[in-house]
Amino acid sequence: MSEAASIYSVDKVLLVAIRDNITDTDIINLQEELSERIVSQKARGVVIDIAALEIVDTFVGRILAQLSAISRLLAAETYIVGMRPAVAMTLVELDMDLAGSRTALSLSHALRALKAKGLA
Amino acid sequence: MNRPPGEPAARVELCRERDLAAARLAVSKLLDAMGARALRKTRFVTAVSEIARNALDHGGGGTLEVWQLARPARIRVLCRDAGPGIADLELALTDGFSTARSMGKGLGGARRLVDEFRIESRPGGGTTVEMVSKL
Repeated sequence: MSEAASIYSVDKVLLVAIRDNITDTDIINLQEELSERIVSQKARGVVIDIAALEIVDTFVGRILAQLSAISRLLAAETYIVGMRPAVAMTLVELDMDLAGSRTALSLSHALRALKAKGLA
Repeated sequence: MNRPPGEPAARVELCRERDLAAARLAVSKLLDAMGARALRKTRFVTAVSEIARNALDHGGGGTLEVWQLARPARIRVLCRDAGPGIADLELALTDGFSTARSMGKGLGGARRLVDEFRIESRPGGGTTVEMVSKL
């Protein structure tokens, strides 16, 4: 795994922290590694923290949407957390509302939601 | 497109993926130094990311230059590549048009995120994109 993102495992939840200098190749590799970890660790929840991302462009937005879709197919619920307000406003203008992705304001909000559903 | 007088505040060669992050950082730093508002900055840096990626993916690499404009204070970016060019610009600016791995929202999206957007392209003659934004 590259240094541009780290995956931590806590109980049945995989926590992914994306760093700001992530490249296109890094994020595609992350998609592959995360999919494999969901299955090998039988994760029921995934939390992707994008607080470090100053911007989310159409490429990264598309990958985030795909990460959520892949996790859903692998029976893990995914939350994208830490989105900056300006990023949310810009994504809507790009017509990328990540409609298929769950979001939460913070990691603790996401974990609470996963616990409430018995997934963490 | 005319070059403004003087040297650009920053110039980034776009040859590899890493250079996209360098381009975003150069523009972000200048906007910070110019005292741009958070939303303005996010919008402009996102637009820069889209056109820089286009230059790299479709244009085979290029050059991105950043200028600070005065009266009124604005930021200006010029992104040039020497790639195959875009045959139908109107089509390329339409959401949903894509020849590569994007969703086809990049170029049209970049245009919506800035105050001024100009693009010049000829088949075989490369593509130049100019974007200007207030702070």
